[in-house]
Amino acid sequence: MADDSAIRIDARGSFCPGPMMELIRAIKGASVGQVVVVLSNDSGSKRDIPLWSQKAGHEFLGVEEHGDYDEISVRKSH
Amino acid sequence: MRKRLLIIGAGTGGLMVANFVGRDLHGEIERGEISVTLMGEQEVYTYQPGFLYVVFDLMRPAQLIRPVRELLAPGIAFVHDRALRIDAQAHKVLRAQGDPLEYDILVIATGSNLNLQEVPGLAEGGHWFYTLDGALRLRDALRNWQGGKLVLTVGVPHKCPVAPLEFTMMFDEWARLRGVRDKTEIVYSYPLGRAHSIQSVADWAGPELEARGVRVETFFNLESVDPAKHVASSLEGTDLPYDLLVAIPPHQGDELGSTSHLTEAGNWYPTDRHALSLQGHEDIFVLGDATNLPVSKAGSVAHFEAEVLADNLVGLLTEGSPPLHHYNGRAFCFIETGLDRATFISFDYEHPPTVPGATNAVHWFKQTYNRIHWANLKAVM
Ligand SMILES: Cc1cc2nc3c(=O)[nH]c(=O)nc-3n(C[C@H](O)[C@H](O)[C@H](O)COP(=O)(O)OP(=O)(O)OC[C@H]3O[C@@H](n4cnc5c(N)ncnc54)[C@H](O)[C@@H]3O)c2cc1C
Repeated sequence: MADDSAIRIDARGSFCPGPMMELIRAIKGASVGQVVVVLSNDSGSKRDIPLWSQKAGHEFLGVEEHGDYDEISVRKSH
Repeated sequence: MRKRLLIIGAGTGGLMVANFVGRDLHGEIERGEISVTLMGEQEVYTYQPGFLYVVFDLMRPAQLIRPVRELLAPGIAFVHDRALRIDAQAHKVLRAQGDPLEYDILVIATGSNLNLQEVPGLAEGGHWFYTLDGALRLRDALRNWQGGKLVLTVGVPHKCPVAPLEFTMMFDEWARLRGVRDKTEIVYSYPLGRAHSIQSVADWAGPELEARGVRVETFFNLESVDPAKHVASSLEGTDLPYDLLVAIPPHQGDELGSTSHLTEAGNWYPTDRHALSLQGHEDIFVLGDATNLPVSKAGSVAHFEAEVLADNLVGLLTEGSPPLHHYNGRAFCFIETGLDRATFISFDYEHPPTVPGATNAVHWFKQTYNRIHWANLKAVM
């Protein structure tokens, strides 16, 4: 998922508010079509982010697993 | 040469650090070897956790406010002024009303503030209890409450992460006691897919809210408020009509950080999670709400950080030793679960909390703490 225009956020170790909130803030600031990639070691992110993307109408692109953390990508759709 | 410690922010963290260091180094201060100066834009200290009780007419504002000078240990200088810019190269802090203050070691404890502008319509259409004025306005609205739909929304980030739950559970019981609960609908919304960001708290709170007849609306990130139509709308496209909107507005750090080019987005200081030093600066430390650390923004966190930081500052001021004591992410929060019961959570970087059953004893412990907080600030407890 090498995309030069993507916004990358390292949210590893963030517990409260956590990686999903960081993702939501980034999506708010992104332009339509742009991809936001969040790095997370919180097990809940893999479950919550796809659910949130669906609810908010953004495109969930997938999870890349890297051992002790995940890289989760979402494209801003509107 | 005399070593100068300067602390910006006379709130929970700033006062505690000043008093811990001031008491430890009383002799050095008297002999003029070390100076400790606390700078604050307010001449009074306000106990913010008390706002939650003001809303329900359970505490009066006068019980929450004391002059900063009365809370300071002997020998500590208080400068009543606003810091405008930190010049880290020149070791100076420029201020609103006087000559710059010079320092050898700087501590930043400037807290966090509400960012109402981030949500259009919120200032006009919403209530909040995160400032004293806001708490008084909400108290007045509740005094006239005859029933209707209360919607609670949670902005991110915010201090005291359990306060939204506490408010909701206290309001539920308060409405029952007033005999208006059957005419009152309560909606508790949360930005994530569960009732709280901490998993164990969410697992506990979900069933507790359900048992009280509170509707939980998940994935609700407040984006705008229509004050005329009384509708709160989320980023996710959900509209919640309300009669009374109680919002936890999103927070930001004081603008001192951005004017000094020392902070990240949101004006949070990038802080070492163990030594509490400002990243890239060995002579500047940060504690309390002002850091970017992944810990709760809470008075207890500021307290535990102040203990560690004070030990390190004493070593640094007297022997020039590097930080030997480490902050471990420790936090403690009481959770009021109604008007006469409470529980608590305690956790750190490595250990997530569990939630014990609520008891009357824990509630009274919290009530007592509300009245003896001053001893804690003075570092005599
Ligand atoms: C409703 C509510 C309930 C809460 N309940 C709890 C609870 O139950 N338990 C708990 O642990 N915590 C609770 N908290 C959170 C707690 O009050 C804060 O986390 C704590 O006060 C943070 O301490 P601090 O020193 O970082 O900031 P503060 O105590 O907010 O102090 C910051 C100080 O810095 C000053 N300042 C800022 N910028 C400047 C500047 N440029 N120049 C000079 N001075 C400046 C401010 O005026 C302020 O006095 C609650 C908060 C609220 C609002």
